[in-house]
Amino acid sequence: MTAVTADQTAQAGAGRPEGADEALEAAFDRAVAADERIEPRDWMPDAYRASLVRQMAQHAHSEIIGMQPEANWISRAPSLRRKAILMAKVQDEAGHGLYLYSAAETLGTGREELLDKLHAGRQRYSSIFNYPTLTWADVGAIGWLVDGAAITNQVPLCRCSYGPYARAMVRICKEESFHQRQGYELLLTLSRGTPAQHEMAQDAVNRWWWPSLMMFGPPDDASAHSAQSMAWKIKRHSNDELRQRFVDICVPQAEALGLTLPDPDLRWNEERGQHDFGAIDWQEFQEVLKGNGPCNEQRLTQRRRAHEEGSWVRDAAVAYAEKHTAVRNGEATA
Amino acid sequence: MTAALALGDDALVLSHRLGEWAGHAPVLEEEVALANIALDLLGQARVLLSLVGDEDELAYLREERAFRNVQLVEQPNGDFAHTIARQLYFSTYQRLLYEQLATGESPFAGLAAKAVKEVAYHQDHAERWTLRLGDGTAESHERMQRGVVALWRFTGELFQPVEGVEIDWRSLNSGWLESVTAVLQQATLTVPAGPQFGAWTAGAGRQGIHTEPFGRMIAEMQHLHRSHPGASW
Ligand SMILES: [Fe+2]
Ligand SMILES: [Fe+2]
Repeated sequence: MTAVTADQTAQAGAGRPEGADEALEAAFDRAVAADERIEPRDWMPDAYRASLVRQMAQHAHSEIIGMQPEANWISRAPSLRRKAILMAKVQDEAGHGLYLYSAAETLGTGREELLDKLHAGRQRYSSIFNYPTLTWADVGAIGWLVDGAAITNQVPLCRCSYGPYARAMVRICKEESFHQRQGYELLLTLSRGTPAQHEMAQDAVNRWWWPSLMMFGPPDDASAHSAQSMAWKIKRHSNDELRQRFVDICVPQAEALGLTLPDPDLRWNEERGQHDFGAIDWQEFQEVLKGNGPCNEQRLTQRRRAHEEGSWVRDAAVAYAEKHTAVRNGEATA
Repeated sequence: MTAALALGDDALVLSHRLGEWAGHAPVLEEEVALANIALDLLGQARVLLSLVGDEDELAYLREERAFRNVQLVEQPNGDFAHTIARQLYFSTYQRLLYEQLATGESPFAGLAAKAVKEVAYHQDHAERWTLRLGDGTAESHERMQRGVVALWRFTGELFQPVEGVEIDWRSLNSGWLESVTAVLQQATLTVPAGPQFGAWTAGAGRQGIHTEPFGRMIAEMQHLHRSHPGASW
């Protein structure tokens, strides 16, 4: 969107005539409706800004907390090739965190502030990461299902109305699709391996399937932010639509993997042209959301500890930079 | 192929140690940087070990006494300053070593020419952090000084000639000392005065004598692979 910039807003604000806000809002609405991108300097409603910051922060937090369950297996990766793939993946997730915190920064909220909120438990991250990675196959299941669900969720965000977020998502989605394929390939190798490896793969899919379906959020009739986000084109499809799309993608892939999805009610519905699937345990979802999942405490504690134990390092970097800028400036004036 | 094993094990073991930082780094940028370095080293290790045999058999099925890495790289991470001190010592050594190898006619020339670019970045990363921590706050200065001193006694081993590595070891040693001394001084740190060797004879790691933490490190590294004999991953 280029119609109304922040500069013009500021000028208008000085002696703003009656109805100026309405005019700005109308221009914003028109831009969103016309699928134009909103850029950081454009005028935007406060609620749009707040909603974006909340969503981007949650997304960024998910990337960095999501490093933990997978990093759990780096030291035990069973081949050097897998170890390299896994390290690169965990590194990508850190990179995603960086892009997303930067994108949120364009709306005036810095990384430090968002991290403080995460550490204080005032902002969320995706609940999926509150489940443990118990075996090596979990690394594959996360790649296939969790990165897969993330892609289904995030591909539409590449067309999100907010420019910096949309652009970050384009880069991120490319990498997530690598992760998804690598996870699938890992599971395929296990599934076709020894009986013990096959069993390991099946067990991981059994444990990760349902939590993956929960990643799309509560059903549409119970989703608090959905309607407004859809109107603002921060969100483009409903939770249930995306969940259905994901199930339909996964069923043939599971078959190709030679693994079973743990849902006796899962079957093709000729009439709908989609799969029917069983009821999700929303009770469990709510419990994990409230902090009672298997790893909520562990994940947050590790994150806080890394941050606290790193504070002297960050302080040193700041002190060093200040000293040496001062020295350079001193030299310049001398 | 003692030489490929020695250099390959150095890279493999240090990569593993750096991988242990994942999810624990002091700042997000360092999650990326440390993983980068770990990945470079793992890449080098795989090329080198493959010159000797099957990379996975070598990494996962050898006993502790068969590893030929220097003891420096197996030292536990400690705090960030300790890790940076280890990086400074090792990356300076590795850059000088690979620079010489890249220009020589050894079987490692090709690998070294590629690796020297990576290692120059590792050294730059370590030097920048040494400066920031040494010349940052009182706390960071103290921690960096501790790290630099604690690991000093593992540095002598770096200059023990490795059979099959045809380079000028004396100039490697003097070049290393000069480079590290300059960085430490610029970082307002004291260059350690103690011996560059511990209680073991020089070159212990190269002969398969390691420190206690190494056994636990490879136990963790090898456990899953060894639990499924013959399986492919
Ligand atoms: Fe990601
Ligand atoms: Fe990913």
